[in-house]
Amino acid sequence: MKTDATHNSIKNTAPKEALIIIRDVQKSFGENKVLRGFNLELYPKENVVILGKSGSGKSVLIKCLVRLMDIDAGEVLVLGRSIPDLDQKALDYIRTEVGFLFQGSALYDSMTVRENLRFPLRRHPERKLGENEEELIWEALDSVGLGNAIDLMPAELSGGMKRRVALARTLILKPSIILYDEPTTGLDPITANEIIQLMLKIQREFDTASLIITHDMDCARVISSRMIILQDGINYAEGTYQELAQSKDPKVKAFFKEVQSRNHG
Amino acid sequence: MNTLIKNLLEFLDETGKISAFAGRFFVQAFRRPFEWRELLHQCYVIGYSSLFLVCATGFIMGLVLTLQVRPTMIEFGAVSYMPNMVGIAFVREIGPMITALICAGKIGSSIGAELGSMKVTEQIDAMEVSGTNPFKYLVVTRIWACILMLPLLVVMADTVGLLGSYIIESTKGEVTMTLYFSRAFGVMSFGDIIPATVKSFFFGLVIGTVGCYKGYHSQKGTKGVGTAANTAVVLSSLLLFVVDFLAVLVADIFYTI
Repeated sequence: MKTDATHNSIKNTAPKEALIIIRDVQKSFGENKVLRGFNLELYPKENVVILGKSGSGKSVLIKCLVRLMDIDAGEVLVLGRSIPDLDQKALDYIRTEVGFLFQGSALYDSMTVRENLRFPLRRHPERKLGENEEELIWEALDSVGLGNAIDLMPAELSGGMKRRVALARTLILKPSIILYDEPTTGLDPITANEIIQLMLKIQREFDTASLIITHDMDCARVISSRMIILQDGINYAEGTYQELAQSKDPKVKAFFKEVQSRNHG
Repeated sequence: MNTLIKNLLEFLDETGKISAFAGRFFVQAFRRPFEWRELLHQCYVIGYSSLFLVCATGFIMGLVLTLQVRPTMIEFGAVSYMPNMVGIAFVREIGPMITALICAGKIGSSIGAELGSMKVTEQIDAMEVSGTNPFKYLVVTRIWACILMLPLLVVMADTVGLLGSYIIESTKGEVTMTLYFSRAFGVMSFGDIIPATVKSFFFGLVIGTVGCYKGYHSQKGTKGVGTAANTAVVLSSLLLFVVDFLAVLVADIFYTI
């Protein structure tokens, strides 16, 4: 297990193939310092889970990765490109390589499922995905097991189905990285487990790397290859689920205890 | 006193932000890529779906105006000038203003609520991370559609209003449709039509900009969506009167009213 201090040594030795590199990122909202020097590397085919309490800055962090928010200081590199320095065209390209699953699914509610999936495809003909539009839509929907919902409106879908369609929309441009913002929040345990299994299946089939923001310990345990605890704006602790669960650090122990008690009761 | 100053400063701050938002619209309105498909869809939504309401209101206004004014015109022995009076009143003021107020209520609120809802459910963020410019796709198309559709709706309101007026005139007096409309249009000049048409474009700009601004900057969940829809109507209605006053002032410089 690593604590924050160990990241200084990582800074200069990060392997070149890291898909995402975050160095000493800081972000404030007025007087409220949310991120105070966060560090992270994400490597191909890795599932990194960022755990943290509500309001700890998890969602802010992944929004900074696709420049939905600007960082105050630090460095964010995605696929080797510095996100804060990109012009709009280059940023749009990077955004096609980074899928983003929103907490509330964020399906366009004036469009059918088919139109939701068609939307990013039509915006990016330069992606030249090689098949025709309709085939890509069916392929994406089949991969999340929702082929029969193609002509439904988002309002006609259940919470779990919405999450699946959102995942299909994220997958349709075949990104190399997927960012998940609370993928299981608001779902019942059975549906949440289905979504977790789907995320694992997608990672196997599409060879994606994933950064998962959650406070669902079950989700983190099943899916993570590495976990980071975001506390007080820094990556307080890092390691596999087993390493963190057996940590002697009082803050980590308290954190696990609190999150687990919330998840189970 | 402090509250008054605070409210005034807030109003000026809001006006400044809306002006900056309108400026952003003008910067992007003429830049490629153009969202033609969405623009056409919005023209349909804004224009066609408002048509019945605008026509019904215009028609009733034509009926009411004629019924209200006719006795006075008879008293002055000027009933034969009814078509001229109604025609000028409709084309210059009643048609554009009634249409704009109806649209502020119907279109302004629906744009505010729709974009507000998209904002709080992160649909706008989703659009952005899919590499689409949401301002161009959602805002520019809606404002353009308002600018283009408002003058057409005004023409419809004017026409139907005059038709309503003609129905009352032909029922109460003896006038043919040809005579009525030839008298109504015979007295009109470019000084009546051009300023009214130009201000209709500006009315569209105001309704579209305020509705989009309020929705696009909506916050605080579903309550914020309601507030966005409500303030879009209130603010755009107020600004419509201001624009109308300015339009009349400017028209006065170029044309003798």
